[in-house]
Amino acid sequence: MPSTYDKIEAKTLGSAQASVSFTSIPSTYTDLVLIVEGIATSGGTSALALQFNGDTSSAYSGTRLSGNGSTASSDRYPATTVMGGGLITSSVRFNNIINIQNYSNTTTYKTALFRANVSDALVRTSVNMWINTSAINRADLLAVGTTFATGSTFTLYGIKAA
Amino acid sequence: MLNNIVGLLAAAPSLNSYESIETFTVGSGGQSSIIFSTIPSTYKHLQIRGIMRSATASTDDDPLFRFNGDTGSNYVRHQIFGTGSTAGASAATSQTSIQGQGAGNTAPANVFGANIVDILDYTNTNKYKTVRTLAGTDQNGYGYMVMRSGLWLNTSAINSITIITGSGSNFLQYSSFALYGIKG
Repeated sequence: MPSTYDKIEAKTLGSAQASVSFTSIPSTYTDLVLIVEGIATSGGTSALALQFNGDTSSAYSGTRLSGNGSTASSDRYPATTVMGGGLITSSVRFNNIINIQNYSNTTTYKTALFRANVSDALVRTSVNMWINTSAINRADLLAVGTTFATGSTFTLYGIKAA
Repeated sequence: MLNNIVGLLAAAPSLNSYESIETFTVGSGGQSSIIFSTIPSTYKHLQIRGIMRSATASTDDDPLFRFNGDTGSNYVRHQIFGTGSTAGASAATSQTSIQGQGAGNTAPANVFGANIVDILDYTNTNKYKTVRTLAGTDQNGYGYMVMRSGLWLNTSAINSITIITGSGSNFLQYSSFALYGIKG
């Protein structure tokens, strides 16, 4: 059987940036996986956010489950301008694995499952929705209130179903 | 030195180890079950990735996963979940399936639940089979996120997987499940 899990694009920052974009995502896969590993230039634990196709409207929603080392909690963010399931911090290296399901169909709203880790503060998983049926062709990752530091890595994979 | 280098290269993960086995996408008439009936034994692990929405008159419905046609009370579950306001955990024994998470038909239009299900060491006949599930549905004001572990109390190699809905209703159009094999 053919390989079906391909690296689409990888970026390693040569300088600090507030956002990182994948601007020409092919429509030939079924799911996308985004892996983000890095550290922020300043600030405590904050959101690593995501937007699709340049949509900055209040078209994102999510339900999050978090643990801070002593307490588990859950919250939601309906009708918001970013998909806010990720985590970022300047205190330790963070990582986020973002699974974007059935991203190229034009019949369903798009759902993404996040696993986000800040090892000295918070672990989080979340289900997030883009309230839009368009195929995703662009993804912008945003460091909310800070910037991604030099050396932070961003890798986009595509998974193709038979 | 050369042997060390070769060893490192051999141990490096390869994306060529992940292969698509079979995919079902539900058509306009709906579908009561999805069956992966001819799973090859040539992989180390399996992964199911999918989205689902059912015809039941509820915001939620769950995909349920059964192995080798086993409908007995031979499954065990643990879960930690978030409702958007409350986090909780629970467990259940003597279950008839492994559980995912999806949307019912009173969810807003176009909303589907998402599931990633890992089935580990599925051909090993010396141990019960363990499963982990990352799943959720968000509906813009309502949502449910869950991480589940599951155990099938059977040492048989898994050769088929049946997916039904927890409500017994049909999967609706555009629900889709894809099965992948991961080589060891």
